[in-house]
Amino acid sequence: MPMNKCRKSFPTHIVVFLAPAVIIYTLFMVYPLVDSLRLSLYAPAAAGGEAFVGFQNYEKLLTHELWAPRLQGALKNNFIFFLFHMFLQNPIGLLLATLLSSQIVRGKAIFRTLIFTPTILSFVLVGFIWRLILSPLWGISGDFLAIFGIENQPWLGLENTALPTLSLISVWQFIGIPMMLFLAALIAIPDELLEAARVDGATAWGLFWKIKFPLILPTVGIVSVLTFVGNFNAFDLVYAAQSELGQPNYSTDLLGTFFYRTFFGVQLQPGNPTMGATIAGVMFVIILTGVLIYMFGWQRRLLKLEIEL
Amino acid sequence: MKKMAALLIVLSLVLSLSVVIAQDKVTLTIESWRNDDLVIWEDVIIPAFNAQYPDIEVLFSPVGDPAQYNAQLAARLEAGTAGDLITCRPFDLSLQQFNDGYLASLNDLPGMENFGDVAKSAWVTDDGSDVFCVPMASVIHGFFYNADIFAELGLEEPATEAEFLALLQAVKDDGNYEPLAMGTNDQWEAATMGYQNIGPNYWHGEEGRLGLIDGTVKYNEDGFLQAFEALARWTPYMPTGYQALTYPDSQNLFTLGLAAVYPTGSWEIGVFNSQADFAMGIFPPPLPEGAMDCYISDHTDIAMGLNAASPNQEAARTFLEWMTSQEFAELYTNQLPGFFTLSNHEIAVEDPIAAEFLSWRGECNSTIRSAYQILSRGEPNNELDLWRLSAAVLNGDKTPQEAADEVQAGLDAWYVPGG
Repeated sequence: MPMNKCRKSFPTHIVVFLAPAVIIYTLFMVYPLVDSLRLSLYAPAAAGGEAFVGFQNYEKLLTHELWAPRLQGALKNNFIFFLFHMFLQNPIGLLLATLLSSQIVRGKAIFRTLIFTPTILSFVLVGFIWRLILSPLWGISGDFLAIFGIENQPWLGLENTALPTLSLISVWQFIGIPMMLFLAALIAIPDELLEAARVDGATAWGLFWKIKFPLILPTVGIVSVLTFVGNFNAFDLVYAAQSELGQPNYSTDLLGTFFYRTFFGVQLQPGNPTMGATIAGVMFVIILTGVLIYMFGWQRRLLKLEIEL
Repeated sequence: MKKMAALLIVLSLVLSLSVVIAQDKVTLTIESWRNDDLVIWEDVIIPAFNAQYPDIEVLFSPVGDPAQYNAQLAARLEAGTAGDLITCRPFDLSLQQFNDGYLASLNDLPGMENFGDVAKSAWVTDDGSDVFCVPMASVIHGFFYNADIFAELGLEEPATEAEFLALLQAVKDDGNYEPLAMGTNDQWEAATMGYQNIGPNYWHGEEGRLGLIDGTVKYNEDGFLQAFEALARWTPYMPTGYQALTYPDSQNLFTLGLAAVYPTGSWEIGVFNSQADFAMGIFPPPLPEGAMDCYISDHTDIAMGLNAASPNQEAARTFLEWMTSQEFAELYTNQLPGFFTLSNHEIAVEDPIAAEFLSWRGECNSTIRSAYQILSRGEPNNELDLWRLSAAVLNGDKTPQEAADEVQAGLDAWYVPGG
């Protein structure tokens, strides 16, 4: 047939180029993920070993009077943790990036480095340092707050202040990341555009909202989705500062600590890998939902916008 | 060519020699949560063992954070990378490890006859047919006090709860010291040093503990509830910001001479002897109003087991056998004052505070922590509930009745007495 002559030979090179990524990703990401989801459908059997139980673990986690409150508590705390980052860390990061990209600020490299430094510190160190700073016994927070007439509290020890305090510590640590991403996007804006706007009489305020912000919208989306994924996987800081028990009285318990505690066990509580895998499954669904909303609700609209432009 | 051959021969000789040396020396690794004891193991206990068995090297390898021991050990056992000798937590955790085949049975270990049934009770199967750890020590709960502060304020060791609270009030009124050195941040401190420390006097030791197991006694009634109520009465005397104070914070509060009384247990003696430069005294948990008999928490705390997958079974058994000896019992009890041997050997306790702790065994009835045997097998975990809710009671976030009801509800969720 004439068509046969036109058909190209099998594109071997594409397979070869894709292979390393596909193999490594499958081996170290896809397979463990699928296996973890499989594990969540099993439960320890009375006769030893594990037996298939279908979605019973999920049912137990979502409806059982002892499991459900823990899941809801962790979920609620996780949302609060996320809101702190979304509406405090990211706007402040954007503000810092705008200041650092403007012409008026001097010593930009120093500020940029200082603000980014906590990001590369270990969680253990950050947790430890902040515990010391906030310690009612040895900490400097008491003297510092006294300047503003605020009475010191055991911030990490009270049920209603522990989570906000922890969120703010995390914001302090990670503000450098959105700042850097926004900064990179702002610097990439062509000067001609800004100059043209200035010639047309745009104020700095107008310049930002009418020119800069629309142009960095894709970065806003990326930062938001990174914050979402990072926060719903968060574990390290709570673990370092408040232990896997999310103390006091579960008030700082996130999905990550709930999972860790269940999977590995604590003190006299033995680990329960199947229920742990179930919690991991719920986390997977939540994060997947968030990412899908981003992909279809946000990124597509942006793409359409770009095509129209 | 000849030179080359000679070199090869020499090389292969050196290599084979080193292989022989490596085979001769066996290295045993001990898994432990007691990082405080590292120096004593390295400088005293292991050299004493090597004096008799020079061919067995022993490496004491504790985890950095004692609270992480169980999780880390479980992961290492599962991965097959755990050490040869495993320090055993009491009751269910070790029992589970034995049932899972990670710990070897030690029924035929020579020297096990040096331990009575009570000593072994924390490390035997439910039917008593297998013993799987060599009992090392128990710890006794009580209260340390700063004798200098007591002398300065003219205070005396309290015998009853009323006297105890009056004493705390006197320290508070004076205003120079914190009455109690205690924090609730770590949660376990509230349960272990608070609830389980004073509790046995209210629930009558073994009577209450065994009652919980056979279902005749509840956490939200009588003794167990009264213990929560007694704990709640400590709240006014807790140090500033106690909700965020950790266990090391309370230790430092006491050893720096900033607090009068420290509710804790005998395991602190070693650390305090080296860190506190004031005279210390101890008193047993104060008695409730009208009570005649005293009860103490004399908790079987620590033992040593054999990793069933260890390649050095013989050497490890040699070490465990040595651990049943009079020599080890003496070394351990006196080098680690506050850890009392569980063996039947006659030991002279040198440290005066340790000796006083031990003397309570003769005056009071011993019991162990209520949640350790059987009751922590299910979910939610009884011990963890006690941690969380004891802290919540001291923080004022829960009333004693609410806390007690929640503990009992957690237990009722899975535990069927006698089932």
